[in-house]
Amino acid sequence: MRTTSSWKRAAALLAAALLLPLLVACGGAAAPAAEPTAAPEAPAAEPTAAPAEEPAPEPTAEPAAPEKDTTLNILYWQAPTILNPHLASGTKDFDAAGVILEPLARYNSADELVPYLAEEIPTLANGGVAADSMSVTWKLKKGVKWSDGSDFTADDVIFTWQYASNEKTPATTASNYNGIANIEAVDANTVKITWKAANPDPYVAFVSYSGQVIQKKQFEKCVGEAAMTDAACQAANLAPIGTNAYMLKEFKPGDVVVYVKNPAYRNADKTHFETVEIKGGGDAASAARAVCETGEVDYSWNLQVPKDALEPILAAGKCEAIAGGSFGVERIVVNFANPDAALGAKRSEPNQPHPFLTDLKVRQAINKAIDRKAIAEKLYGPTGVAGCNILVVPSAVDSKNTTCERDVEGAKKLLDEAGWKDEGGARTKDGKTMSLYFQTSINTLRQGEQAIIKANLAEIGIAVNLKAVDAGVFFSGDPGNDDTLNKMFVDIQMYTNGPSGTDSQSYLEGWTCAKVNSAEGSWNQGNDGRYCNKDYDALFATYAAETDVAKRTEMAIALNDFLINDVAVMPLINRRTPNAKIIGLNGPTFNTFDSGLWNIHEWSK
Amino acid sequence: MTQYIIRRVLVAIPTLLLISVIIFGVLALAPGDPLAQFALNPAIPMETRARIRESFGLDKPWPVRYVRWITSMVKGDWGFSFATKSPVIDVVVQRIPQTLQVVGVAYLLAILIAVPIGIISAVKQYSFFDQITTFLSFIGGALPSFFTGLSFMLIFAINLQWFPIVYSSTLDMTTSAGISQQLKQMVLPVMVLVVQQTAALTRFMRSSMLDNLPLDYVRTARAKGLNDWAVVIRHVVVNSIIPVITLIALGIPAIFAGAIITENLFRVNGLGQLLVTSIQNSDTPTVMALAFIFSILVVVFNLIADLLYGVLDPRVKYT
Repeated sequence: MRTTSSWKRAAALLAAALLLPLLVACGGAAAPAAEPTAAPEAPAAEPTAAPAEEPAPEPTAEPAAPEKDTTLNILYWQAPTILNPHLASGTKDFDAAGVILEPLARYNSADELVPYLAEEIPTLANGGVAADSMSVTWKLKKGVKWSDGSDFTADDVIFTWQYASNEKTPATTASNYNGIANIEAVDANTVKITWKAANPDPYVAFVSYSGQVIQKKQFEKCVGEAAMTDAACQAANLAPIGTNAYMLKEFKPGDVVVYVKNPAYRNADKTHFETVEIKGGGDAASAARAVCETGEVDYSWNLQVPKDALEPILAAGKCEAIAGGSFGVERIVVNFANPDAALGAKRSEPNQPHPFLTDLKVRQAINKAIDRKAIAEKLYGPTGVAGCNILVVPSAVDSKNTTCERDVEGAKKLLDEAGWKDEGGARTKDGKTMSLYFQTSINTLRQGEQAIIKANLAEIGIAVNLKAVDAGVFFSGDPGNDDTLNKMFVDIQMYTNGPSGTDSQSYLEGWTCAKVNSAEGSWNQGNDGRYCNKDYDALFATYAAETDVAKRTEMAIALNDFLINDVAVMPLINRRTPNAKIIGLNGPTFNTFDSGLWNIHEWSK
Repeated sequence: MTQYIIRRVLVAIPTLLLISVIIFGVLALAPGDPLAQFALNPAIPMETRARIRESFGLDKPWPVRYVRWITSMVKGDWGFSFATKSPVIDVVVQRIPQTLQVVGVAYLLAILIAVPIGIISAVKQYSFFDQITTFLSFIGGALPSFFTGLSFMLIFAINLQWFPIVYSSTLDMTTSAGISQQLKQMVLPVMVLVVQQTAALTRFMRSSMLDNLPLDYVRTARAKGLNDWAVVIRHVVVNSIIPVITLIALGIPAIFAGAIITENLFRVNGLGQLLVTSIQNSDTPTVMALAFIFSILVVVFNLIADLLYGVLDPRVKYT
């Protein structure tokens, strides 16, 4: 009898143990917080989607499983976590917000401005941009409505500035709005932005992904600390009301965003899809497979996959790669300061010149030895092209005066001329052997590049020690860490960067003496190579003072040429972010200065 | 018994405190920045990032941050996520159903498969069946889930196209199409997990059975004239399953931890995926909340396993 009763007890407990997860599952699902956030103003009557395993008792109003071609499925391997673009923590957030919200104007694939909430693009010619560069006047489209039915007015634009520029709002976009002294509503559909100082770039605010206008009514109480701490604001951040072709239906942060057609959109009859879904997560390679091989999604973002993995996937034939413009230029930064650890606290300080990289001939030799073509063809494939310029976008400023052909013999000759003699395959001068420390972030592609460059430099007798740093550290700018690109405690380093807007000034400023990184400025001024040349500074000063667009373009090219001829930096590859779309989807284009979803309102299938 | 439980719970409190200090310290000392993605974006300069760090409270030294975290935690406030700028607990709760669905189902299946296989393997020791299952369970236990996951994905989703590779969490579960789609997309991740968990459990069940089979009480039962399977089921299994149940109970917290790799691979929006992305994005409050919830579960299920042992085995007494 004892065994029987204990057997029953065991069975009962086993059953309980097995059932427990299920019980908890139901409990968890029933908790109200488990409901995904949904747009508060969404007119659709359906309840927020019930968690999967719990069948919602009431039949939803929407038709069962929407027909295939009325849904647009987008896949990002990084999932959006917030839909308020001003609090974004990644491109994914800006992009996902842009399906709902709009800026005054966006860039198209040709880097030209296209009016969105604006009636037209203000220019000097039409009087929108003041001749003294002190102000810009935007005319707003009339009759634009928010998805809750209220009118979009100049007040919303002014409010967006107040929100994003408030010291206490943790706005990622703050720097775009900090230069604004005041915005006045000339009338309900005209705003005049006055700058604190003469501003050569009138399109810095309210344009592109960082310029998305949020609704005053919804965010009015969210300025400052409340943006993040107030419960109503937290909800608003996850469900903004917008003016674009789609509005939010459901958002599960870190997983998926579902949008539906916005009936209040100004061209609602032209909106093609009933539903748009952005799913996030996974990895870039399987995201490519989902569009090119299984066809589960229509569009896939930023397929950063090494060439040998990506090409067979693209070849499956269901998709087209959309690559163009520039995602930035992969470059080698040369340290003009001495990173020798023996210097202690003076290490890499700008007043400690590098023992040999300050010699132009040595830099030229390194530059000539690098096989850019091999890097582009073996590693990048469709995701990058070899290039000689550090400034490549907009295309008007991409210089045609530079060359960077590989020339090993020429490189050797330059080293000989510089006094570095070849002794048994190594370069020596005054009893010292030339060797370099070369760092970059940990990334399959970059380690491939490092290997090629190491082999290239070995050919001319320069020994290279490779170092790879976790990307989170390398790019962190943390003054307490010695492995950041900002400190640059190595001889050369590699990463990708590019200008943030069509105006190149802030980008080109990164090679001026004033921006040289040093301990005094917590290594964060921006000139990590510590390149400092009075002639470059002088040329830059005249460029910065110039207001004529055509002349500025010319001078930007001249500045690029100056840096390249002086080998201040060695550009390697113009990288493209390849997105992939399924054949038959119309609309997606590449884009340099704006989101890949910039024109989602006109996508169709 | 009650006294025992109270004592165990009291001992658990300093343990949990210590765990939380260690996790917090490790996270604080690890390099990283919640806005690292914008590191090189000239439109998002260092000052902006510094200001945002400040508003997250990251400018303070970590012991100060820890005290702040633990005091609000005690009051039931888990803090807000740096990624969603909303309460961490909302995000965590939102993830629980998918994890339980995929990982929980896999665990259940693994138990249902492993226990009978373990029993048969032990009873028919060194038979063909035993050799095969031993071989398979070693393979299953040795293959990491990123390997089985990727292989299954390549074979069944990409080549054969039987199952999707993009897991949808927005299916309409009121329609039969939605339910069948849900089952379809669960197949691959569940399979990956079942392979791994079955392997370990089978071995455990088998060896526990083998411990009991040669014992005197089994011989006695046989001598009474009971048939073979009655002896196995009513006597041997009952005694052998006790340690296995403990193991199963101890494994339940792991369900909540999600299957980190599998969830990421198949884009299941579960807790494991949340943990990984939060670590990658230096989203300290979310990582802390998850790690702490897991710690509590481990402590609780350890206690449950110990208590279960006492209930199942009358020889064990708690004082």
